[in-house]
Amino acid sequence: MSSTVAGLLQVGLLVAALAAAYRPFGDYLARVYTRTTHSRVERVIYRLARVNPDSEQRWGTYALGVLGFSFVGIALLYVLQRVQSVLPFAYDRGNVPPGMAFNTAVSFVTNTNWQSYVPETVMGHTVQLIGLTVQNFVSAAVGMAVAIAVVRGFTRQATDRLGNFWVDLVRGTIRVLLPVAFVFAVVLVALGVAMSFRSGVDVDGQTVAIAPVASQEVIKELGTNGGGVLNANSAHPFENPNGWTNLIEIFLILLIPVSMTRTFGTLVGDRRQGYVLLSVMGALWTAMLAVIWVAEANGLRPLEGKELRFGIPSSALFANATTGTSTGAVNAMHDSFTGLGGGAALLNMLFGEMTPGGVGTGLYSILVMAVIAMFLAGLMVGRTPEYLGKKLGRREVTAAAVSILAMPTVLLLGAGIAAVLPGTQGALNNPGAHGLSEILYAYASASNNNGSAFAGITVTSDWFQASLGVCMALGRFVPIVAVLCLAGALAAQKKVPATAGTLPTTGPLFASLLAGSVVLVAALTFVPALALGPIAEALL
Amino acid sequence: MTHAVKNVINQALAGLRVLLVLTVITGVLYPVAVWGVSRLPGLRANAEAADTTRVAVARDGERWFQPRPSAATLPASGGSNKGEHNADYDAVIAERRTAVAQREGVSEDRVPEDAVTASASGLDPHISTAYAELQVPRVARANGLTVERVRELVAANTDGRGLGFLGEPGVNVTALNRALDAAG
Repeated sequence: MSSTVAGLLQVGLLVAALAAAYRPFGDYLARVYTRTTHSRVERVIYRLARVNPDSEQRWGTYALGVLGFSFVGIALLYVLQRVQSVLPFAYDRGNVPPGMAFNTAVSFVTNTNWQSYVPETVMGHTVQLIGLTVQNFVSAAVGMAVAIAVVRGFTRQATDRLGNFWVDLVRGTIRVLLPVAFVFAVVLVALGVAMSFRSGVDVDGQTVAIAPVASQEVIKELGTNGGGVLNANSAHPFENPNGWTNLIEIFLILLIPVSMTRTFGTLVGDRRQGYVLLSVMGALWTAMLAVIWVAEANGLRPLEGKELRFGIPSSALFANATTGTSTGAVNAMHDSFTGLGGGAALLNMLFGEMTPGGVGTGLYSILVMAVIAMFLAGLMVGRTPEYLGKKLGRREVTAAAVSILAMPTVLLLGAGIAAVLPGTQGALNNPGAHGLSEILYAYASASNNNGSAFAGITVTSDWFQASLGVCMALGRFVPIVAVLCLAGALAAQKKVPATAGTLPTTGPLFASLLAGSVVLVAALTFVPALALGPIAEALL
Repeated sequence: MTHAVKNVINQALAGLRVLLVLTVITGVLYPVAVWGVSRLPGLRANAEAADTTRVAVARDGERWFQPRPSAATLPASGGSNKGEHNADYDAVIAERRTAVAQREGVSEDRVPEDAVTASASGLDPHISTAYAELQVPRVARANGLTVERVRELVAANTDGRGLGFLGEPGVNVTALNRALDAAG
């Protein structure tokens, strides 16, 4: 069988598996966030944490919950790394230096999982488990909680309450992420993924580092986190040993972001509203997959930075899934991709991570884009736009615009400053246009909370650690506060009935409008930068 | 203290308490449970990477099949991260090609791509069947085995695709060299 045919069959199996999970899993998610009863475990958690699960919050309090929870998460993770040497299973990997510890703490709490450290020599097993694994779970649960709160903005009316952040957070963790992660962690071990508390194994006279991989591997993909337990990430045979594990990991990356469009449709009472979002995500995702696949198959050095057991198709598929979802795990080194293939991976992030985007973040990002699209349509016909029965007035559109503009602002400022700093030249691993691509990719990855890298760039200087950390934090929390503000404004409104003048948001017209907005916003913002980096490179 | 400041502190303290409880569940109980299951017979060998044939490191000497070039700094893993228009790296690849051709006594145009490019992990256990075939005569000579016998060992240590279409086929170098150990 040719590699191309095998690759197409693999894509077919992936799509079939996602389609099979779509309805039951998407509807399960909808039930998780609408049930009024708490499980016994959850009641114990609420009692221990002294939070009242039956009170509802205004948008501001909900946002404060997110920010407070994330802030203490950063502080705790920072401290854990700084005292690593006294923790068990540290294996002489000493205290993590301050700049690196700050960057890593922000990185994992913001669901970015950008890694400025080499895990095998820097991060001990204890910090990996009680620090990084925990944030893999809860940062994903935060994303889902915010998405659900935004959906409530559309489904509720004439209320100032968006739900209870602590309940949404705990349910996402306990009812969704934990059971799925446990089952698939065991499956991955059965298929050959490592789960060892030793520091290394002897291979023909040389030591290769090992770790408790499987438990973190699963949530790294399922929560669209992406931080490798080992430096080579999912290219490492201990993280991703064969074609089976590779496909399962890609499935886990896409499972929640794809299924949440079903959750959305179910919650707003019109499943077609979810399908139309999925069609836009799917169309852009498929187009980008084709670009990466063809580009990599026709590269000058197609196997550089790729594992032989994955080859071109499985590497292209993984790269497209990981950059389209703000995951950032890699099974091939994107830095060695072709100009076009690496540029497409970069563009996936520059779309704002909504094809299909991260866990929760993908849904709220495309909903914000839908608000923008309806606003543009409203401008064309000169009437106040509506979406799902809610008027999009000044406050709604302003919040949506702030959410959309935060990422490009911090990205271009960060990359622009980095490009002119004297030390940057020495940090690059490649000359010419590809060097600029390395800078652009780093700030795109941080600002979009993706976490993958053109990893040749050395980002251990204070400037990179601090500026990328700030980009991750602003790229995460400015949009979150903005979309919660949007949700608050929407929930306060009463629904307006659809009239003959209402643009239906389920058909191909809306789908085209939405897809066009995604592409147009990215193109208008980033074409100049892309022209100097990946586009120049692709034309070499 | 104003109401707003109090609200901020309250939310942060609630966040701390929730985080601590969730740390016990997802950071201790969950990985310990996965680890516990991984001690079951049949899973334990996988979890501890007991046979270590999932990774390959180069073994010096004419006797062994050579894996792909590695950019890893053991015990850590990693790739070269060199872009395709990097002239310095072109030179590195050309050197590798010359070295492989000399080692195997063949012309440079017979050296396959995987023999000169670094993998993503630096631990790639596989080489292409073409690269294995290129090494067969030398390995047979150095081990005092017939070429046919070595070809049999190569075939026995070639991994196919999962389900016939998942991933790409390749020859597992570590397993193959272990088989040579046993045969020699």
